[in-house]
Amino acid sequence: MKLFEIKDILGAQILCGEDKLGDEISLACGCDLMSDVLRFAKEDVVLLTGLTNIHVLKTAEMANIQCIVFVRDKTPADEIVQEAQELNMVIMKTKLPLYEACGKLYKEGLGDKLYE
Amino acid sequence: MSSIYEMDYNVGSRDFAAAGDASRSIKRTLQQIGVDTSVVRRIAIASYEAEMNIAIHSKGGKMHLAVNSDKVVVATEDFGPGIENVDLAMTEGWSTATDEIREMGFGAGMGLPNMKKCSDEFSIESSVPEGTRIKMIFKL
Repeated sequence: MKLFEIKDILGAQILCGEDKLGDEISLACGCDLMSDVLRFAKEDVVLLTGLTNIHVLKTAEMANIQCIVFVRDKTPADEIVQEAQELNMVIMKTKLPLYEACGKLYKEGLGDKLYE
Repeated sequence: MSSIYEMDYNVGSRDFAAAGDASRSIKRTLQQIGVDTSVVRRIAIASYEAEMNIAIHSKGGKMHLAVNSDKVVVATEDFGPGIENVDLAMTEGWSTATDEIREMGFGAGMGLPNMKKCSDEFSIESSVPEGTRIKMIFKL
């Protein structure tokens, strides 16, 4: 699924990385626990989370995650968006809660082949 | 055999704004050296877990990176208080982290097991109250 499709499905607002919306990803990880992201997330994922602290960004950087979607209309601090931009990441925010955001993406086929 | 590259990093106790920066530096260094991307990812994740553990649980500590032609070694040591039962600490889900740490997204009890999973060789020794030493080897 291309990142612009994720943006459309979630009715999301792009905070940085608009030029990379043509990039493709195949899995998603919805999680507020960065420990679990570090333990279980695959490389080619979009991370959906309600946490907005700097460790979300650091976790994504360590795990080679290129796209973060902040849910529940949470807005990260400007410094976080700026750092994400320097790391060539795509940052979005959506008004949807985590469960609904994950559900919509799953319904549209993102991550459907995880257990095949 | 002498290392191609070595570097030491300090990790402050409960300095959560800076915690993770040593691992960021380690990751970027390894990328510049040209280490394989998937190995860099494993090293970055394990280092970050180790660094967060020092910041969260210890009185501060140090990390050491050594890059050789056939392996990367990440070693950490902290200034206490040490882990009373290392076997228990190695159990997934076991944690002594406070609610404050959990609200930050950590303290799920996955750190030490994840470091072991990411590395090719993992060793830990701890004594109370002196501190904990961890050595992780990643084959190239």
